[in-house]
Amino acid sequence: MSGHSRYDPKTGIEKWLDARLPIIRLGVDTLIFPSPRNLNYWWTFGAILAVMLVSQLITGIILAMHYVPHPDHAFDAIQHINRDVNYGWLLQPMHAVGASMMFLAAYIHMFRGIYYGSAKNPREMIWIVGMVIYLLMMAAGFMGYVLPWGQMSIWGAIVITNLFSAIPPEAAGTSVTQWLWGGFSVDGPTLNRFFSLHYLLPFLIVAMVMLHVWALHIPSNNNPTGISIKTKADTLDFHPYYTVKDAFAIVVFLMIFSWFLFFMPDSMGHPDNLIPANPLSTPAHIVPEWYYLPFYAMLRAVPDKLLGVLTMFGAIAILFVLPWLDTSKVRSMRYRPLAKLFFFIFVLACLGLGWCGAKLPSDLVFATGVDEAGNAVGFSFVWLSRILTVYYFAFFFPILPILGWVEKPKPRPASIEASVLAHAKGDD
Amino acid sequence: MADTTEPTRRDFIHIASGAASVVGVGFFAWPLIDQMNPSADTMALATIELDISNIEEGQQVVAKWQGKPVFIRYRTPAEIAAADAVDVASLRDKQTDDERLIPGPDGKLKPQYLVAIGVCTHLGCVPLFDPNDEKGGEYRGWFCPCHGSHYDNSGRIRKGPAPKNLEIPPYWYITDTVLEIGKEAVV
Repeated sequence: MSGHSRYDPKTGIEKWLDARLPIIRLGVDTLIFPSPRNLNYWWTFGAILAVMLVSQLITGIILAMHYVPHPDHAFDAIQHINRDVNYGWLLQPMHAVGASMMFLAAYIHMFRGIYYGSAKNPREMIWIVGMVIYLLMMAAGFMGYVLPWGQMSIWGAIVITNLFSAIPPEAAGTSVTQWLWGGFSVDGPTLNRFFSLHYLLPFLIVAMVMLHVWALHIPSNNNPTGISIKTKADTLDFHPYYTVKDAFAIVVFLMIFSWFLFFMPDSMGHPDNLIPANPLSTPAHIVPEWYYLPFYAMLRAVPDKLLGVLTMFGAIAILFVLPWLDTSKVRSMRYRPLAKLFFFIFVLACLGLGWCGAKLPSDLVFATGVDEAGNAVGFSFVWLSRILTVYYFAFFFPILPILGWVEKPKPRPASIEASVLAHAKGDD
Repeated sequence: MADTTEPTRRDFIHIASGAASVVGVGFFAWPLIDQMNPSADTMALATIELDISNIEEGQQVVAKWQGKPVFIRYRTPAEIAAADAVDVASLRDKQTDDERLIPGPDGKLKPQYLVAIGVCTHLGCVPLFDPNDEKGGEYRGWFCPCHGSHYDNSGRIRKGPAPKNLEIPPYWYITDTVLEIGKEAVV
């Protein structure tokens, strides 16, 4: 990709192939390229995500062999897979829990990118392609959750597709929802098309991952110091140094995955989804999967429907322009004491929004007393989610641009090599 | 070429073929988009007939029409009076109770029957009805459990995030006690 090739074909067959289809050269140059020598374990989540994507693809293709995308059979098909299909008890939860684990890894990967300035010049395109992958993951995760056709499946689908009815009817809001549903409500045609698209999206994700990795190979990895590679002494070859480090992290991650898979496979699902879908009866408390909860909290924080929907989509849209909002010349927040503080508050705000999303808006975070009727009054989750939503957006604008302007960064090491050597001597 | 200001025949051919391609792509794209819209058999199930003679006062029945719940509520005189007493100017979606009713075969409104689509106008959940008024919300109509919208017994939005009143489906009284939902009366 960038730089000269490290591949030197030795045998006759390799030379013959290299002159016609240099695929071995592509593989070698992708794996053996100079990477910063100081990458820490936060940098292993890319490889973890690649493993999870492959796992989701394999289990998903297998599940599709046993699944029936029909309102009368979909719910039973999941039971059939879990009870009757050979090893179905393993493969179905592996896919469902795997989706959660993939989102967990993706969120860590994204927070790492923000903290170390990996989104910034010259890596904007890596970040933007990553955000496209994240959007595709959200769409795939949502449609996948609809397929078991339980109560949470159908009502999740109803609530999310109705987001599009926030478009004023004069601007074709009603016909958009009918177009999405293929009917007058979420029903068989909706389930069938969601299945089709759920099968398609992972392949689009694979294509985007290729662009993500390609874009990564132009400037190489960012690193914890945020300082660019200057000399060969700053680098190690990706293989074997980081293939081994990634492999170790993958094993640890798979152990955590296995713990959920084998000991608490239903912990991230919702019991209501084990009730067959009923379009005439709404569950008392609709919640999305945990990885959407922060956005769901933002949707409910705004009392106006259209503005709520715009806030929710805006929370994702603003991530796309992060590289231009974080204006500091210093990439890594390791050397930015103020940015570091605001970043950790941001992480807490995201977790807090997730907590709000799991609660009813009127539930109380803490009670301050009782009203005349004897009901507890106090600080409700809808107010907590409003405060946190404001902070979520404030972090991107205006906090990051202002910090880039006023913050005085701490002194940075002269190079990656100097940082590593200082660390080895215990000065860091 | 550089000194001519007149368009050439070649320019014309470029523009004409470009325009024809755009139209051609549009013609090809439309079937791909339109196939997602409700199919003919879905559209054919557009109306239902419903006998409402067995609903008791103060109760509601739920009928399924076009995959959606339709509430038919037999309101008590006290409820009708409460719905009429509301100051319309104070409502988010301003409608009098009478505007949400249709006349029976005798040409008079039948205020005891409120017919509304049981889909919250916020994000599509089914609002709860409770004849004992415990779960039916602060306005003794319906309460949506998803995001906390309160409707009155006329299905008008009173509190919470929903922007509109519960939608009234097209329907007409075939007789005093039989409704057809999905079709307007032919006058």
